Amino acid sequence: MTTSTRGAARTPAVLVLEDGRIFRGRAYGAVGETFGEAVFSTGMTGYQETLTDPSYHRQVVVMTAPHVGNTGVNDDDPESQRIWVAGYVVRDPARVPSNWRSRRPLDEELAAQGVVGISGIDTRALTRHLRERGAMRVGIFSGATVPDDATLLARVQEVPPMKGADLAAEVATSEPYVVPAVGEKKFTVAAVDLGIKGMTAQRMAQRGIEVHVLPANATVDDVYAVEPDGVFFSNGPGDPATADHPVSVMRAVLERGTPLFGICFGNQILGRALGFGTYKLKYGHRGINQPVQDRTTGKVEITSHNHGFAVDAPLDQVSDTPFGRAEVSHVCLNDNVVEGLRLLDRPAFSVQYHPEAAAGPHDAAYLFDRFVSLMEGQRA
Amino acid sequence: MPKRTDIQSVLVIGSGPIVIGQAAEFDYSGTQACRVLKTEGLRVILVNSNPATIMTDPEIADATYVEPITPEFVEKIIAKERPDALLPTLGGQTALNTAISLHENGVLEKYGVELIGANVEAINKGEDRELFKDVVEEVRRKTGHGESARSVICHTMDEVVAGVDELGGYPVVVRPSFTMGGAGSGFAHDEDELRRIAGQGLTLSPTTEVLLEESILGWKEYELELMRDKHDNVVVVCSIENFDPMGVHTGDSITVAPAMTLTDREYQTLRDIGIAVIREVGVDTGGCNIQFAVNPEDGRVIVIEMNPRVSRSSALASKATGFPIAKIAAKLAIGYTLDEIPNDITRVTPASFEPTLDYVVVKAPRFAFEKFPSADSTLTTTMKSVGEAMAIGRNFTEALQKALRSLEKKGSHFTFVGEPGDKAELLREAVRPTDGRINAVMQAIRAGATPQEVFDATKIDPWFVDQLFLIKEIADDLAAAPELTADLLAEAKRHGFSDQQVAEIRGLREDVVREVRHALGIRPVYKTVDTCAAEFAANTPYFYSSYDEETEVAPREKPAVIILGSGPNRIGQGIEFDYSCVHASFALSTAPTPPGGYETVMVNCNPETVSTDYDTSDRLYFEPLTLEDVLEIVHAEQQAGPVAGVIVQLGGQTPLGLAQALKDNGVPIVGTPPEAIHAAEDRGAFGQVLQEAGLPAPKHGTATTFTEARAIADEIGYPVLVRPSYVLGGRGMEIVYDETRLESYIAESTEISPSRPVLVDRFLDDALEIDVDALYDGEELYLGGVMEHIEEAGIHSGDSACALPPITLGGYDIKRLRASTEAIARGVGVRGLINIQFALSGDILYVLEANPRASRTVPFTSKATAVPLAKAAARISLGATVAGLREEGLLPARGDGGDLPLDAPISVKEAVLPWSRFRDIHGRGVDTVLGPEMRSTGEVMGIDSAFGTAYAKSQAGAYGPLPTKGRAFISVANRDKRSMIFPARELVAHGFDLLATSGTAEVLKRNGINATVVRKQSEGTGPNGEKTIVQLIHDGEVDLIVNTPYGTGGRLDGYDIRTAAVARSVPCLTTVQALAAAVQGIDALNRGEVGVRSLQEHAQHLTAARD
Repeated sequence: MTTSTRGAARTPAVLVLEDGRIFRGRAYGAVGETFGEAVFSTGMTGYQETLTDPSYHRQVVVMTAPHVGNTGVNDDDPESQRIWVAGYVVRDPARVPSNWRSRRPLDEELAAQGVVGISGIDTRALTRHLRERGAMRVGIFSGATVPDDATLLARVQEVPPMKGADLAAEVATSEPYVVPAVGEKKFTVAAVDLGIKGMTAQRMAQRGIEVHVLPANATVDDVYAVEPDGVFFSNGPGDPATADHPVSVMRAVLERGTPLFGICFGNQILGRALGFGTYKLKYGHRGINQPVQDRTTGKVEITSHNHGFAVDAPLDQVSDTPFGRAEVSHVCLNDNVVEGLRLLDRPAFSVQYHPEAAAGPHDAAYLFDRFVSLMEGQRA
Repeated sequence: MPKRTDIQSVLVIGSGPIVIGQAAEFDYSGTQACRVLKTEGLRVILVNSNPATIMTDPEIADATYVEPITPEFVEKIIAKERPDALLPTLGGQTALNTAISLHENGVLEKYGVELIGANVEAINKGEDRELFKDVVEEVRRKTGHGESARSVICHTMDEVVAGVDELGGYPVVVRPSFTMGGAGSGFAHDEDELRRIAGQGLTLSPTTEVLLEESILGWKEYELELMRDKHDNVVVVCSIENFDPMGVHTGDSITVAPAMTLTDREYQTLRDIGIAVIREVGVDTGGCNIQFAVNPEDGRVIVIEMNPRVSRSSALASKATGFPIAKIAAKLAIGYTLDEIPNDITRVTPASFEPTLDYVVVKAPRFAFEKFPSADSTLTTTMKSVGEAMAIGRNFTEALQKALRSLEKKGSHFTFVGEPGDKAELLREAVRPTDGRINAVMQAIRAGATPQEVFDATKIDPWFVDQLFLIKEIADDLAAAPELTADLLAEAKRHGFSDQQVAEIRGLREDVVREVRHALGIRPVYKTVDTCAAEFAANTPYFYSSYDEETEVAPREKPAVIILGSGPNRIGQGIEFDYSCVHASFALSTAPTPPGGYETVMVNCNPETVSTDYDTSDRLYFEPLTLEDVLEIVHAEQQAGPVAGVIVQLGGQTPLGLAQALKDNGVPIVGTPPEAIHAAEDRGAFGQVLQEAGLPAPKHGTATTFTEARAIADEIGYPVLVRPSYVLGGRGMEIVYDETRLESYIAESTEISPSRPVLVDRFLDDALEIDVDALYDGEELYLGGVMEHIEEAGIHSGDSACALPPITLGGYDIKRLRASTEAIARGVGVRGLINIQFALSGDILYVLEANPRASRTVPFTSKATAVPLAKAAARISLGATVAGLREEGLLPARGDGGDLPLDAPISVKEAVLPWSRFRDIHGRGVDTVLGPEMRSTGEVMGIDSAFGTAYAKSQAGAYGPLPTKGRAFISVANRDKRSMIFPARELVAHGFDLLATSGTAEVLKRNGINATVVRKQSEGTGPNGEKTIVQLIHDGEVDLIVNTPYGTGGRLDGYDIRTAAVARSVPCLTTVQALAAAVQGIDALNRGEVGVRSLQEHAQHLTAARD
């Protein structure tokens, strides 16, 4: 996928969308070529967290914030062991990083991890294009010898689309591991890793939870082998319609009435487990400024989002499901997309957004406390 | 939950005159708020003494009181109007302090007025430093983050001195409590400085309280703008990072939005602290601003302060993000929640979100140190800038360079030609923050400084420093390239280089660079400020230029009129011009012809103003007002649809200066043509106009050398008035009494050239100065108003108080003025507004100067006569006639501002001067004597049925109420001694005890008036400890000061008296004319006949009288 690393600054690069629109700029990060689904992210901070978020697997991320890389790269902020984005599109990369925690420049890190990027293009024009036409396949090509546009376009059109992609197994851990509780251990949680972010386990650990992170293909037996007080389903990439295995595991958990919490992909899985459909949003929610209303309290929280799919559930009524009554607990005020589900008769809930908030505001951190309360309730 | 139903009427308090630290941003926020409240069906009652505001336009509120913003006057308004609620958070510190006084003295309770938008407890917690420290401590307990700088509160000088030891020594920061714009604060490096700054601070603080603080100089500085609703929903609207590190007041810093050098974790920490602070302080509904310092070494966060109200920064944040903070704050105050309010720009999403930016905003301050040559130009924690420009770009370099050229000040943009100078010297210069520091840094970089050296000298964040290096490297590329290629030029434009900068570097003419650029197809595109980084479609055409790929300007059908605004506020060109531009926009979008009106397009770069509210015009271009930037906008709009023309005569000297060049580039100028502007500005051409009309002007000549100037002065006789041509605000204007000073004046003037000669005029001593604003359509003159100055000719009209209608001119004078005005308007070729200054001396009416544009006094005249002159001018520019506008009802059916009925109200305009803001390098105040160079920052209006009352109100609005009893000190120049006698007698009759210096006391005695002789400062303390006059003033033993300057001799005594008066806020009259007016005011006050009346009531009365 990559050929060379340094000296990319003046190397030409071209970004080709599947509908034939082309942007020309300069190479950023690694030089070479890459393909994926073009999506835009509107966060003004937190590029390091974004890059290492497994949910971005196979996606080429367009940053709407023009300056990227200003604070360099540190060793504390990554959300996983590696950069997951398939490609990176920025307008004005930093030439020097400035931050007391910075260890190295971002472009070096991208190059070292073989991430092909492009800089110097009109990212706003590209974002508007994606907004109007929807997320689509894209290729970035850089280097001294790049084939003609028609050839590039044909190659982009050969890439399989995101719809129907089953990617969780590609990003999840292959071996189980344990994140110990901070301080006194109060609970054990089995966390099914569909692309889990480091901060999610961290937020649970901070609340006295020992988190047993299990591979995406973990069975019901694997889950209960850790004797969990609660079960967690993480975020992750791909189309929830393909996630039949985690859906079946979740149904078993619901059946047994173990407290359950899901985030993002985990929310979509809960949706499917309850019998709701899922669908692909035109261009998704990716940013850290999304207003979500908690429908029980009426309060609005500013939240971190990264989802291209959503659950199709009725907003204004309680639904009957095989696991009792369910309702939409949270909704995005921008477009009324379902952002959370809650069972009324069993201890289970999920949100489509990211209460662990890395990057993003901490407004929704209370959801982890809610999970803790469910587990406490079950014990009592 | 929808709006409250128990509030039917709201009193909104404005911020009063424009002063340093409290400027046009409060007109912007107040206007927004009033409009929102009115739309919500509430009766809006407004008080603001500043006539140059849009908010005091009669249609903005239901009852508009142009009255002093003092607890006494506001109580009168409350008693009369009986509002249900008072909204105090949109009028700056003035409104907040007034509201607190009304709460404390029981007025609010007495009349059952509820304070909304803030509660007293929250205001106190936010503003009182000791209480705020507790808040921060509590926040740290809850979030684990944030702390206060270590500090001590002091109420006496002894406590202050002891406090330094407690903090571990110098340097320390001194901050007086409850002052605005950080007035009186500063750094003390030793005990002398400490005593001076803290002494002043104790005096300035209404609670005699200062705070001493550990120094955090050089730390990174950030601000967050937050909003909270009654359901405890909180959003952070904007983050702002200061380019200049801690130590420079944020109003004087170059600032950047969004923050550029924070990781998400650090940003979220600030956000968590901010939210915890707003909750802890208890701002239930509305906005607040929180400032942070971050240690670049380890990220330690100090919460510096919070403003529990809409502030200058919130205006900036609103313009920077498209999120209208004041508008939303007003809605929250009457009961809405954030999720119930739609986002204006997307229309489909709610206001309960946090804007995200896909561009960079840079704000740069505009200073006026050239007006106060003796003032210390070091930037400190006391704000000294008089205005600001904002620019938007797709990256920092583009935004920064646009902001710097928006300042419209010689040398404000980066220059890359000539020798940079000595590196070490430049770095030393860069250590001290001044208004030119960024340029010193750039020159140091050119001279070979390394990034580390720049950082060491300035503590400017290395990322910003690198951006300066980037700019410099591009300049090097431009200079070194064998030819100007498309790639090179595109790269330079992408980083904000102007055609002019490229021209300088390449040794070409600016227009040649432009031609090359256009030939290469390199033009800017226009992007939209949309609050959401393009995630949702925007409905508001709020544009900025960028050298990017795709433009977002939509085609249109209606003909467009492009209105050029006035740029950053500065002394001489302020909010008054913005007022006229906004009016033009309103008038043209609703004009009866063409059908449906014009599409109005506003161009301006001042974030404080109403004109740059995206609601004001159909399209807004937030752009610098240079020829290049304006030409590109005209081009973009011509691509979008028909352009009827560009209006240049309403925004002051800035657009006027572009008129000829725009016309030369084929741009249609509507209204007064550039040739007419030339005819008024050029001495020769204007002399011709006067001659043809048979009008006298003071003897004059133009000179480019001292020899020429001396010959002219010898011929017309000293004193002479000398000034450069083509300036506003009397810049560089001086009354010269002898040849020696004439020689040095010419030697000091750097801008003299054959095309810009010095004007030498006979100075009319003791003349009465008159200002006229008029409309002319080519056929008919509408005399807008005649203003009689209180001070004599020789004091800049902008600094002089004046009365309208004129108080001592008769029908014969008015007739002469009318005829002369018409002859000049016709002779020059005006189509729209003209302002003429006359001097009446020995019964000869001299023409001093004519300005074929909207003047500073247009808003005052409009309000005093209840006629929208700027609206009429805009319509006339596009072909309407005075007769037609009379028929339409925009102008009165008959009569004009020259023949107001006898019982018309009298309006007095008074200038407000920034003396208290400036100190010389020794820490002494600057002299307060008025002269031909304008130095006021703002103005107030007093309106009442008689002159005395109106004058008293104008003084109360500007400086605090005139005293009605007590001790008056009188010391006047010899030439003023005769005119002083009668007013002095009046003062005695009103019960004043007079103090005087020996000479003045002698004259008074011979006229039968007793005055106690006091010692001059130069005489020192007497043998029995008798205090000097300066000591008496400092000790608060004088209530009124009359001190006219003695020409050149004996100046120093006067200087000490006047600066003491400023320090103690004692009314100080520096002309005998002002004394006479003040006596009438005191008389009115003592007769207790001062009431309040709304502009709407005045207008009704006036209309009735006219019919």
